[in-house]
Formats: sequence, structure tokens, C-alpha cells
Amino acid sequence: MPDSTTIAHGAEAAAHEEHPAYLRHHFNSTEQQADASNFAMWLFLLTEVMFFGGLFTAYLIYRNWYYPAFVSGSHQLNVIWGTTNTFVLILSSFTMAMGVWCAETRRRRGLVLCLSLTLVLGLAFLGIKTVEYREKIEKHHVPGTHYSIGAFLDPAHDEAASAAGDKPLALDMARHTEVYFSLYFLMTGMHALHMIIGIGILVFMIVRARAGAYTAGHVTMVENFGLYWHFVDIIWIYLFALLYLISRH
Amino acid sequence: MSSDTIVLLPDQSTARIPKRNYLTQENGLLSWLLTGDHKRIAILYLISLSFFFFIGGALAGLIRLELLTPQTDLMATDTYNKVFTMHGVIMIFFFLVPSVPATLGNFFIPMMIGAKDLALPKINLLSWYLYMAGGLLALYTMATGGVDTGWTFTTPLSTHYVNTNVLTTGLAAFIAGFSSIFTGLNFIVTIHKMRAPGMTWFRLPLFVWAHYAASILMVLATPVVAISIVLIALERTIGIGVFDPTKGGDPLLFQHLFWFYSHPAVYIMILPGMGVISEVISTFSRKRVFGYTAVAFSSVAIAVFGFFVWAHHMFIMGISNYAVLVFSLLTMLVAVPSAIKIFNWTFTLYKGSITFETPLIYTFGFMGLFTIGGLTGVFLGTSGTDIHLTETYFIVAHFHFVMVGGMLMAFLAGIHFWWPKMTGRMYPEKISQLAAVVTFIGFNFTFFPQFILGTLGMPRRYASYPPEFQILNVFSTAGATILGVGYLLPVLYLTWSLKYGAIAGDNPWQATGLEWQTQSPPLTENFVEMPIMDHEAYDYEWLENQTKNREKEAEVTSAG
Amino acid sequence: MSETSEHAHHIVSPKVYVVILFALLLGTALTVGASFVDLGLWNPVIALAIATSKATLVVLYFMHVKYSTKLTKLTVFSGIFLFLALVGMTLADYVSRAWGQW
Repeated sequence: MPDSTTIAHGAEAAAHEEHPAYLRHHFNSTEQQADASNFAMWLFLLTEVMFFGGLFTAYLIYRNWYYPAFVSGSHQLNVIWGTTNTFVLILSSFTMAMGVWCAETRRRRGLVLCLSLTLVLGLAFLGIKTVEYREKIEKHHVPGTHYSIGAFLDPAHDEAASAAGDKPLALDMARHTEVYFSLYFLMTGMHALHMIIGIGILVFMIVRARAGAYTAGHVTMVENFGLYWHFVDIIWIYLFALLYLISRH
Repeated sequence: MSSDTIVLLPDQSTARIPKRNYLTQENGLLSWLLTGDHKRIAILYLISLSFFFFIGGALAGLIRLELLTPQTDLMATDTYNKVFTMHGVIMIFFFLVPSVPATLGNFFIPMMIGAKDLALPKINLLSWYLYMAGGLLALYTMATGGVDTGWTFTTPLSTHYVNTNVLTTGLAAFIAGFSSIFTGLNFIVTIHKMRAPGMTWFRLPLFVWAHYAASILMVLATPVVAISIVLIALERTIGIGVFDPTKGGDPLLFQHLFWFYSHPAVYIMILPGMGVISEVISTFSRKRVFGYTAVAFSSVAIAVFGFFVWAHHMFIMGISNYAVLVFSLLTMLVAVPSAIKIFNWTFTLYKGSITFETPLIYTFGFMGLFTIGGLTGVFLGTSGTDIHLTETYFIVAHFHFVMVGGMLMAFLAGIHFWWPKMTGRMYPEKISQLAAVVTFIGFNFTFFPQFILGTLGMPRRYASYPPEFQILNVFSTAGATILGVGYLLPVLYLTWSLKYGAIAGDNPWQATGLEWQTQSPPLTENFVEMPIMDHEAYDYEWLENQTKNREKEAEVTSAG
Repeated sequence: MSETSEHAHHIVSPKVYVVILFALLLGTALTVGASFVDLGLWNPVIALAIATSKATLVVLYFMHVKYSTKLTKLTVFSGIFLFLALVGMTLADYVSRAWGQW
């Protein structure tokens, strides 16, 4: 295989391994333990897929029913912020993958650097999200008692709507923009919650990585967290396409 | 009743419970509350599950008391709604879903595959704490006014029209859902990655296959009900509009997401019970299970097909006719694997050497009652008849036949079957056989009239009914009283047996599983040496050879 | 040992990661650009196709699925399959409601 380095562990080698401190008593080898925890993380990600799946189902149904409302709603989002955030998150997936490589090749300082970069990028993502959310709050596009459909009834007087060349919506279709924003906040909010949890774990991992916990052969935590982080990235890839890019022509 | 028995107990005058076992190897409250030992966690679950079962049962008693008379005289209608809602919530989320997996599954899956513990012991403990948190929250909900939407939380009733504790109940179910997810996740990883040498997939006990299939459902379906609960919570608090017709939402969307879990949930509930039945039938007919591969694959088939039939709970709710057609067709398919199991179990019994110990009596009850319940499911899966039978007592009878006549009997069969292994003690046989028969009689009196009530048109979830239905309701309540006695008896004699029961020894039933080849109660580490699996499942010849070898060794040591 | 008696632990080289990074960034630029062009019904199809390609690259290379066991691949596949079943069958109800009463 030209693009990867293969290190093979036979069963015999595994059996003759000393019992390192991190080998839990109910496992027969570090191989088995790493294998099991990796598989467990994948199963957990499956539950996350199904969890978000419900939201994607709701989104697809209502986009089908209220397409004009979704178009107008989507035009209220800033494509530049959204694209920037997508770049930020993809870059953070890269730094995370590099972090896993550093752990596997026992580069302690490299690992700390990569995890720190991932953390910074993650915080940058949340920072941009905060800016976006604040703008939505100011424009009264948060579903609930203060929701305002003014921008959709009269797009000429709304900056984002007129820039996109929106026509005024009928009253009931304008009301349905609230469903779009509900899904927007739900899906990006749920995603942001997962980012926050990930960032918390990253902080913990940076502390441990500096102490050399992940560069002495026990890379499972970094690998499995990497899986989680990439998954959160994938969710955003779909959210960006579905929420920000509805008919921008 | 046959007086033959296969029970083989050690000499009671000299037998002792092994001093070193999972119950005695560590002491103190914290050694239980912070345990990683799957067997201790199973016992924790057993105690808490029994507690919640009796609360759910008390609520059932209240329902049946109210229904003695056609009028709403025992309690206000709103209160009645709260009672049946909490009965459903507690029985489903806090009893049936975790029942066999969290107790018997937790205890025996590692032992059956030759492992020292589950793959993720801390996650296992977390599962129990989540279960307790959810359960306590459900109790809190009851204490602070309850919830009256029915356990199905149908929108827009639950989101826009009631002032009761929908949020806390939803949260309780949400938390319990994660408990279930973690249990299933743990089982899947363990079964894939921790089997002993020689333990191939097709040498696994069918109990393990059943739990594997149920775990797939737990992991993949539960998150969808979790998100549906989140959506209800946001709809109620902020009014996001996803289920609100006035804002363009569709109440049916909730039902799609809810039933996407709640239909697989019924298979989560029944599959582990079916696993128990396989073990018990084999042991008490001294025969390997007929068509092992078919039974194993049928468990997985039930899990897979079970994902694609959820909208049969929504036939009258406003889904399209085309959806009705497709889901009705798929529902017919899902009945087939269950039928395969019933056939195979029957053929296991055929020409077997049958003895009527208590677990097998419960099993016979299961086979008859589950078959009836399953067949009535066909009437409900056929959309034409479903229009008349849905939301009547026919449905109530159907699911109680499969869940109580089926699942609960399987649970009791399993508890009795593995009681000697878990505690080292035998329960008293005669009273346990009596309890099983009383349960069976009580069950039939309680729920069979409900099929008739349903076909006659009595709606479910109603506190009052036309006077001509009273006689059947009285029968049903009388049956419920008998059923209550049947459930109370095991609590009493099983507790009694902990101190006064006969010493069971390693393998009182002379069963073939790996768990029976070690001491009762087991060691914390399960096995002294890692077992190597060199024989097929349910290999009674292998067991005979083992016994012969052990007798020879005993002769040699006593002679030398 | 259960399933991995011969366990090869592939370490994916950073070169691969860099290539994938650029592919993902390119895909992002493409999808933004495509959304500004009127392609009628094809717009959402292309957007989802590009998103799925990006996701596939992340899964195969960043998440190492290309170098993983059959079990991992099966796990990923079953998750995607069930997600599609949830979305597809639910949507089928909504879409077919408009077809009327037979």
C-alpha cells in the first residue's frame, strides 16, 4: 500500500505483550481492548446518526411542503459566514487527523500542537456561530413569541432579502418561515452542542497529551475522539448544504 | 403433573454455598454502588426493576378497579387518564424494555461467551444510574400531578392541550432511553469482541443471538424517540411549530418519529424473552434446539424487519393509502420469523425428554399466549380490520397477550431457571409451579375478555363504558386479582429461598451452557481459567461425557 | 481471540490527509458556486451529491474506514442504510398523500 505504513501485530506478539497499566482486567490484550473501544465508538456514532436523522427527516418534509418559505429563510443566512465556518471545520478535521497520526507515531509535541489547533478552530467556529445567532436574535428570527415575519412580507426593506432579490411571500407562506428557522436553530444548535462537548473533551485531552498519556502506545482515546470530531464535521457538511445553499440564484 | 424431574442437587447435608463468590468477594455499600461487575449490576437492576414493576402493577390494579363499574366513580376521568398513562410509561420504559437484558442479559452474556465481564463495565454501571434517574423522575412526575396524554404522547394533545407533566415524563423516558442504548451498545461490542477461543457465532447459545438482535434495535431505534421527545419539549416550551398545524407543522411527523422507535421497542422487549425460551425448552426436553440456525437468523430477521413496519400504528391517523398498503404488507412479513421460532420450539419438544419444572411451565404459558397474541396482531396488521379494532380493547388485549402472556412469562421463566446460578439456592418447587399456574389462569381471565370487548367496540383509555360491557369487565378485574397473587408469590418464595432454599450446586438442571460449568453463585471473575469452547451449543452428549469424567476423577481421588 | 487474530494497524500518512483536505475545500467551493447557478431541479441534487462525496472522503480517510475491518465497514453501512430507511419511508408517506385516495 503506497499511502500508508503497515505495522502488523500477530496474535502471538499480542499474547506475549506485558500487561501495561492501561489494560483493563477483563480484556485479554491491548489489541482486544483497543478494538472493542473503537467498535463501541462507531456504535455510538450510529446512535448520533439516528438522532440527527429525525431532524433531517423533519427538514426534508417541510422543505418539500414550504419551499418558498425555506428559500426566503435561507437567504437570511450569511453565505460568507457559513462558508468560512465550513472551511474552519474541515481544517479542524485535518488537524485532528494529524493529531491521530502524531499519537500513533509518538510525537508528543506534535500531538499537543494538533489538538490545540483543533481546539482553536473549534472555538472559531463557535465564535462565528455566535455572531450569526446574535444577528438572528436582533432581526427577530428566533421562533417563539418574538418571531417577526416582516422581512418576508416586505423584502424590499430587508437588506438580506433584497440583496437576494426575494419577492414578497403570501401571509401563510411567510408564517411558515418560522418552521425553517425552528429547524435552523434546532439543527445548528444540536450541532453546536456537540461541538461544545467536543471542545470540553479536547481541553481535557490537551492536558493529558502534554503529560505524554497518548504517545506511549495507548492512542485509543485520541483515535476515538477523532471519530467523534469527524462525525460532527460531516453533520455540518450536510447542514451547510441544506440550510445555507437553498437556491441562491 | 409429572413427578419426574431432572433436578440434580448436591448432597444437602454436606453442600455449602462456595465461600468465595461475586456476592462475598467485596463488601460494603460502595462496592455495590461503584461496582463494575456485570453480575452485581444485574442484581441492582433486578431489585429496582421489581420495584417499578409493582408500582406499574398497582396502577394497573387501579385501572381494573375503576373499570368494575360502567361509570367513572372511583376517580375523576382526568385522574384515570393519568393512571393509565403512568402504567404504560412505567411498564414499558422502566420494566419491559430493560427486564431480561439488564438482569439476565447482563448477568449471563459474559458467562455464556466465556468472558470475564462485558466490554464496557463503567458504561454498564452508568446504564443503571441512568435507569434509576429516569425512574425516580417518573415517580416525581407521579407525585406532582402526573401526565395524562397516554404513554404515546400523541401530538397535538401533548404539545398544545394538556397542562400536565409532559416535560418531566418525556425527560424520564429520554434518560431511560440512553440507559437502554448503552446496554445494547455494550452487548454488541461484547458479543463481537470478547468471545472465548472456539466460541464461534454458531456455537453461541440462542439467548446470546436474541440479545444481539435486540441490542441492534436498542442502539439504532432509541435515538429517534429521543429526538422526538426533544421536539415535543421545544414545541411545548418555545412553540417552534414542527407539530403545530396553525404554524404549518404536521402532528403526524411526531408519530412517525415516535413509532419508528416504539415498534422496534416491542421487539426489544420480546426478543430477549425468546432467548430465554430457547434455553429453557432445550434444557427441559434434554434436546438441542431444533433448527438452531433458523432460530438464530429469525432473531436477526425480526430485528431487521421490525424497522420497517412502524406505520401500522398509524393506519387511521391520516397517512396516505399507499403508505397503509406498504406497511400492512411489510407487517405480514414480520410475523414469519416469530412463527418460525414457535415451530422450532415445538419441534424441540417433540420426542424430547420433558419434565415439568417451573421454568418450563412458564414457557408453555408463553408459547400458547404469545401465539394467540401474535395471531391477533395479524388482524391488526390487516388495515381493513384494523380500522375497526384499533384504539379498542382488542389492541389492549393483543399487546398484553404478547407482553404479559409472552414477555413477562419468559422473564419469570428466566428468573426461575437462573435463580440457582445467581444465588446458589433452589426455590421451593411446588409453590413455584402453583404460582405459574395461578399466573396463567389469572392472565387468561384478565385479558381474554378484552378481545371480546374490543370486537364489541369498547374503546381503550376510557374510564366509563356502556353498561352491557360490565360483565366482561368484571371478569377481567377478577382475573387481575388472581394475576396479582400469581406475581406476588414469586417475590415471597424467592426471597425466602435466599436463606432457606436448598443448595443448588453448579448445575442443578444439568444444562449445557458455559455458565452452568462453574460454581453457583459464580466468582467475580466468572471463570478460574479462560474456557475453551470445543463443542456445539446444546450438546448434551458433551455434558454426559463431562459428568462421566468428573465421576471418574472423583473415584480416582477418593480411591487414591 | 474473537475476530482480529491477524491485526494490521495501518498508519495513514499525512500526505493522504493533505490531499483529502484540499479535496474537501475544493468541494466546498464547488458547492457554493453551484448554488449561485440556476440548474432548476438539479440544484439540490448536486448540493447533496457534493456533500455526500465530501462526507465519504471524511469517512474513508480521516476516519480510516478504508483501512478498517469488514465489521467497521458493515457498521457504517448499516447506519447509513437505516438512516435512509427512516427518511425514505417517512417521506414516501408525505409524498404519496398528494396522490389522492387511489
